[in-house]
Amino acid sequence: MKGIAVSTTVNGDAVEFVCDARETLLDVLRNHLGLTGAKEGCGTGDCGACSVLLDGQLVCSCLVLGAEVEGREIETVEGMADGDRLHPLQKRFLEHAALQCGVCTPGFLVAAKALLERNSNPSESEIRYALAGNLCRCTGYDKIVHAVHAAAGDLRRQQKARKKRKAAG
Amino acid sequence: MANDSKFTNQKFKLVGTRVMRPDGVDKVTGRARYGADASAPGQLVGAILRSPHAHATIRKIDTQKAEKLKGVKAVITSADLPDFTGGEGELYNVLENCMARGRALYDGHAVAAVAAVDAETARRALKLIKVDYKVLPHVTDVDLAIKPGAPVVQPGVKTKDKKAAPTNVANVTTYGHGDVEAGFGKADVIIEKSYKTEQVHQGYIEPHACLASVGPDGHGELWVTTQGPFAYRNWCATLLGMEMSQLKVTSSEIGGGFGGKTHVWIEPIALALSRKANRPVKLVMSREEVFRASGPTSPTSIDVRLGATRDGRIVAADAAMRYGNGAFPGIWGEVGAMAAWACYDIENVRSVGYEVLLNRPKVAAYRAPSAPMAAFAVESTVTLMAEALGMDPVEFRLKNAAREGTRASYGPTYGPIGIVPTLEAVKKHPHMRARLGKNQGRGVACGFWFNFGGQTCADLIIDVDGTVGLSVGTVDVGGARASLSLIAAEELGIPYEEVRCNIADTASLGHNDMTDGSRGTFSSGMATIFAARDAIEQLRVRAAKAWGIDVKNVSWKDGKAIAKGKRKSLTLKEIAEASPNTGGPISGHSQVVADGAGVSFASHICDVEVDPETGGTKVVRYTVVQDAGKAVHPDYVEGQFQGGAAQGIGWALNEEYVYGKDGRLQNPGFLDYRIPVCSDLPFIDTQILEIPNPNHPYGIRGVGETSIVPPLAAIANAVSDAAGVRMTHVPMSPPRVLAAIKASRAEKAPTG
Repeated sequence: MKGIAVSTTVNGDAVEFVCDARETLLDVLRNHLGLTGAKEGCGTGDCGACSVLLDGQLVCSCLVLGAEVEGREIETVEGMADGDRLHPLQKRFLEHAALQCGVCTPGFLVAAKALLERNSNPSESEIRYALAGNLCRCTGYDKIVHAVHAAAGDLRRQQKARKKRKAAG
Repeated sequence: MANDSKFTNQKFKLVGTRVMRPDGVDKVTGRARYGADASAPGQLVGAILRSPHAHATIRKIDTQKAEKLKGVKAVITSADLPDFTGGEGELYNVLENCMARGRALYDGHAVAAVAAVDAETARRALKLIKVDYKVLPHVTDVDLAIKPGAPVVQPGVKTKDKKAAPTNVANVTTYGHGDVEAGFGKADVIIEKSYKTEQVHQGYIEPHACLASVGPDGHGELWVTTQGPFAYRNWCATLLGMEMSQLKVTSSEIGGGFGGKTHVWIEPIALALSRKANRPVKLVMSREEVFRASGPTSPTSIDVRLGATRDGRIVAADAAMRYGNGAFPGIWGEVGAMAAWACYDIENVRSVGYEVLLNRPKVAAYRAPSAPMAAFAVESTVTLMAEALGMDPVEFRLKNAAREGTRASYGPTYGPIGIVPTLEAVKKHPHMRARLGKNQGRGVACGFWFNFGGQTCADLIIDVDGTVGLSVGTVDVGGARASLSLIAAEELGIPYEEVRCNIADTASLGHNDMTDGSRGTFSSGMATIFAARDAIEQLRVRAAKAWGIDVKNVSWKDGKAIAKGKRKSLTLKEIAEASPNTGGPISGHSQVVADGAGVSFASHICDVEVDPETGGTKVVRYTVVQDAGKAVHPDYVEGQFQGGAAQGIGWALNEEYVYGKDGRLQNPGFLDYRIPVCSDLPFIDTQILEIPNPNHPYGIRGVGETSIVPPLAAIANAVSDAAGVRMTHVPMSPPRVLAAIKASRAEKAPTG
């Protein structure tokens, strides 16, 4: 077995690893880089528990090979909070009790972040379809949809405030 | 007072509020550690070889080539495990299910396992193991399995009569009272109907996973995703001949269980591999393995007969309930028979449960196990009867509902219960008055679950800074730490934030039964109250000592010790800070068998829209009304209601184990075994009722399971209303609904 050396960026940090050609990005994150936030629920791209952003695009990391991420940018749930400040999605998930067991939560947070980056004011239906690739077996999705909706409002307000500050300054 | 579980009807300051869960930040930042998230130095990777046959004799297993592969550190088969043949039946069944001995009984049955330096080597080693199978005839259908001449799954099983020929009916149990035939004699209307439900999986998103480590000294540790670390410890130690105290089991965060993580599957194998290799072994199931070899609930076939008088009174009820148990005998038909008629007050009632063996995986508990199928059959028939009598289905149910003092069909006489209040709430709910659109229909159904208490133990420590550590032994499956912290803070009279709830490992706390039977908050809540009361006794003693008065003159209120004649009180914090000099650490402890788990009832309303062209069904509105006794943390009570309803919707409309003619499972993955996704569901409305459980200080009843009981029937009643044809086979997938619509049209069409 010959290892492949890969240089990449994970949550803004330069990272290098050596992986087997058959290893997935999820294997690499979990087994080589110690980032166990992304979970393997199925290994076939059906549950979304391993969701990460690859160059800003939502992917199932179990369907991406480790060797494919050379020179690219990866964002995982571990990179969502800004220091000790939780991302509005993380905050709203807690406030709305949008998690029970929590194992699908990292994937939902990453998928919801990808949605809100391209649509700052999604309808209920848009939220439901954007998250349809993420399985949750505990909540019936009810509180998740409410949390994403609330976080979208927070992000819009943040953006508005930033614009105001910019205009003023 | 200390261990008095009577309901006190106190006014709560904290219980009932929607506080943030203490484990929340870890779970939204990816920091929380689940079953597959732990590693150990020198760890090996385990893998299991599984039977591709539904039923086969294993003539020989040749592991030599695998053992010689570089990087392989251990290979085991049943020959490496204790042989319980002819011994205690349940031990034999559990271990035989973990590793086949001589016969493979279902597609996916484990036959050998390896531990190697990495996953790739382990996979290669599995391919080098040669198993010589002699394929046998198999049976995977409940109705076919009980026919004469069906292949026999367990030759040792004979129903009751030891001289009888082997059969696939492992047991028959009967519940009820009165004279059922005489009752039917009094009926003006009798409805008879047969129903079928397909096998479904709990579908937890986290596969079974563990990290096992056993040394030659006999000491072992197991990190595992489980609903019951103590039960897993006891099973694993007993199966492997270890002393219980030598095996420490730590439950990881659990990524869903719903009953599927109350049974051992890979854990004894991981421990056996570790013992043989003398290295830690991590063993994680793939999703395919989860479907083929863990979990599922029973497939069923149920006949119901219901008799009523014209004025709407049920006078007789009878049910024959055949529950598939998979390859090993269980109690699933019996539980179904007990739950079947529990919602109603019926003079003449009977239910007979049959445990049917099949070449399918060993059936495991799934959230209110066996009750949803029973409710599907019973509640569909109850609605049919209301229709036949020209009565409103809610009124008909109210007229026949069980009340306080009703003798339940399964034996006990009910205390205060919630079936009538949930039906009254349904009657008043705006959902019932909402207009239905084209192709839409509405269904209502009730559900019951027993709830369970059981052995429970808790420790509560008061740190010198006045904050509190609470250790419980029931796994937190979704908010229990928050609820139990609320309870501890309420009882002590301190802020919620000053309590930290810890889930103890098996070496740190006395035995706790599993988080099952909706018992977590009920029983650990009770143990927490008792432990807090025990600590308060200590706090009063210390205060009395400080004041130099008799402890009986010191009382506890709002987090403070107070005494007559003393103007100043002593806070918990002050007493804690002084504790090193007043007698040392302060803690409270309790150990109880939490009896008196109040039974639970729910009524659901469901609107669906059925596409008559495709047979596809969409749930457009859903309402859950359930009695919680007392909702400690309403968010997580609602979450339980919504989650159970969603699982029920999946079961009713999509989910199904599909076996081929070869007896192999054809859809062992989330693509083909489709659980509801976000875009499949509407918001699920909830209404919490609180009818206090008289046997719990705070009135708590379990809430976790009942919500999955009514959906199959509520949806069947709604689909039947929308499609104009009675649906009797779950899941009501598009092909089944379309076929039913077409058959009904053909029947109605004029002939000639």
